[in-house]
Amino acid sequence: MTIAVWIVIGIVVILLFVFIGIYNGLVRLRNQVKNAWAQIDVQLKRRHDLIPNLVETVKGYMKHERGTLEAVTKARNLAQQAASAGAGERAKVEGELSSALTRLLAVAERYPDLKASQNFLALQEELASTENKISFSRQFYNDSVLKYNNQTQMFPSNIIAGMTGFKPGEFFGVTVAAEKEAPKVSFT
Amino acid sequence: MLVVWMGVLLLLLGYFFGIYFFDNGTGGLIIALILWAIMNLVAYFQGDRILLAVTGARKIGPDDHPRLYNVVEEMKIASGLGKMPGIYIMDDPALNAFATGRDPNKATVAVTAGLLSKLNRDELQGVIGHEMAHIKNRDVLLMAMCSVLLGTIVILAWYASRFLLFGGMSRTRRSSSSGRGGSGQVIIIIVAIALMILAPIMAQLIYFAISRRREYLADASSALYTRYPEGLASALEKLAASTDQMKTANKATAPMFIVNPFRKQGMAASDLASTHPPISERIHILRSMAGASFSDYSLAYRQVRNTSKVLIPAAAVTAAGTVALRAAQPEAPEKVEEVQRARETSNLLWNLSDYKTITCACGTKLRVPPSFRESKIRCPHCGMINPV
Repeated sequence: MTIAVWIVIGIVVILLFVFIGIYNGLVRLRNQVKNAWAQIDVQLKRRHDLIPNLVETVKGYMKHERGTLEAVTKARNLAQQAASAGAGERAKVEGELSSALTRLLAVAERYPDLKASQNFLALQEELASTENKISFSRQFYNDSVLKYNNQTQMFPSNIIAGMTGFKPGEFFGVTVAAEKEAPKVSFT
Repeated sequence: MLVVWMGVLLLLLGYFFGIYFFDNGTGGLIIALILWAIMNLVAYFQGDRILLAVTGARKIGPDDHPRLYNVVEEMKIASGLGKMPGIYIMDDPALNAFATGRDPNKATVAVTAGLLSKLNRDELQGVIGHEMAHIKNRDVLLMAMCSVLLGTIVILAWYASRFLLFGGMSRTRRSSSSGRGGSGQVIIIIVAIALMILAPIMAQLIYFAISRRREYLADASSALYTRYPEGLASALEKLAASTDQMKTANKATAPMFIVNPFRKQGMAASDLASTHPPISERIHILRSMAGASFSDYSLAYRQVRNTSKVLIPAAAVTAAGTVALRAAQPEAPEKVEEVQRARETSNLLWNLSDYKTITCACGTKLRVPPSFRESKIRCPHCGMINPV
């Protein structure tokens, strides 16, 4: 009798430990997703901050390209307003900003004086790197979301995820068109 | 797994050492463990500082070399590392890089000046990705432990052989008085002698095997982080082609570098006694990858090496699936870039040595050493007097 009781207690304790382990794993993954999202946020903000600077530097050289410059400024303001929106909406607006930037930098290629300016070169490096950082943080975010979602949907962790209210995460998708148009910056 | 074998080897050696000299295995075991613990502690707390001091690396900030700093930050983000590692420059024309630091939050990457001036952005990214993978996978700690383990085994075996040579007399007396002896005793002596000779050699081979495996893993991770294996492949090609040898590398620091600093041209492929896999093979594997994920890498690895050996744990492979590659970053013509990069790097090195740079009106750049005390300097090219 007593042996049976001890066995039952043992099983319950083991189950408890398994439960705690899986639960903590889920929390860790969810925090990683949150952290990765914060990282994207930082980089997108960094890009928003760089753009007025870029426009200011470029303006003096590119007197005949008002339309391109305004498009960039407009896209940037729109993106800034969408800063608190969900992942899907944000990806769309930021994609538009990316393509506006591409056009601006493509036009800049036609101005040798501008390309020789130290200020512009430094900005170009910053912008290119920020662009890379955005795509790397998106990459890491999506990997984290995939891992987290797998964990919330696979047996046996899905039972615990369902019990304790872990919801699947949203991917930071970018439409194919915007992806293709990521600014092409050349390093000179 | 290989580490465990190395530890077992150490303990076995200690055990027989003890049986042979103290008629009791635990004494030897304890000696082995204490030795190991002391050496581990030294390596753990001082390893990175010793390495950086030995190689003469100097720390740089974001403004000293924006491109390098940005590339490191990009790879930090891609690998999901919590904290930015310290960035160091080694004033050496050889092409090499290493990572160190006992945990991912106190890590350091160091690159040579030669690397900075020879590699383009994609290639630099590949190399930094490789170093970041070493940090992320805690290879630095693992290799430090292994090398300490290896060192302990060698020392222990060395002492054992000394004892055997000079302590033979007392040994025979003691065994006859204890009244045991016989065939069992002989077997133990033979095993002990064999271990003393074989253990250091085996430990060395295991150590090399671990090191090579971690290199493959870091290559695979670099491809995954950058989504562009060609970057690392072409960087490795440049590294292989360069003939400069690292001035400051030594045997102890060798496994830390991205390519073996001691390699000779045309070294035999898949050499058992090497810390790194042959570069040509690493390039070949990277170039035959169809995607950027771990499973793509292991597929390419098996194809190139023609084995069915499992390189990366299955759990890590299935988690990622296939991952698409990205396109190359557009670049200026290679020649223009290289001049530009060389200029950047030399500026950086002058600045790091506290030289002041004054640009004269005629376009000449004057490098003023920190020991220069006067307030004016004459341009040797046009004769103009410039304030310092």
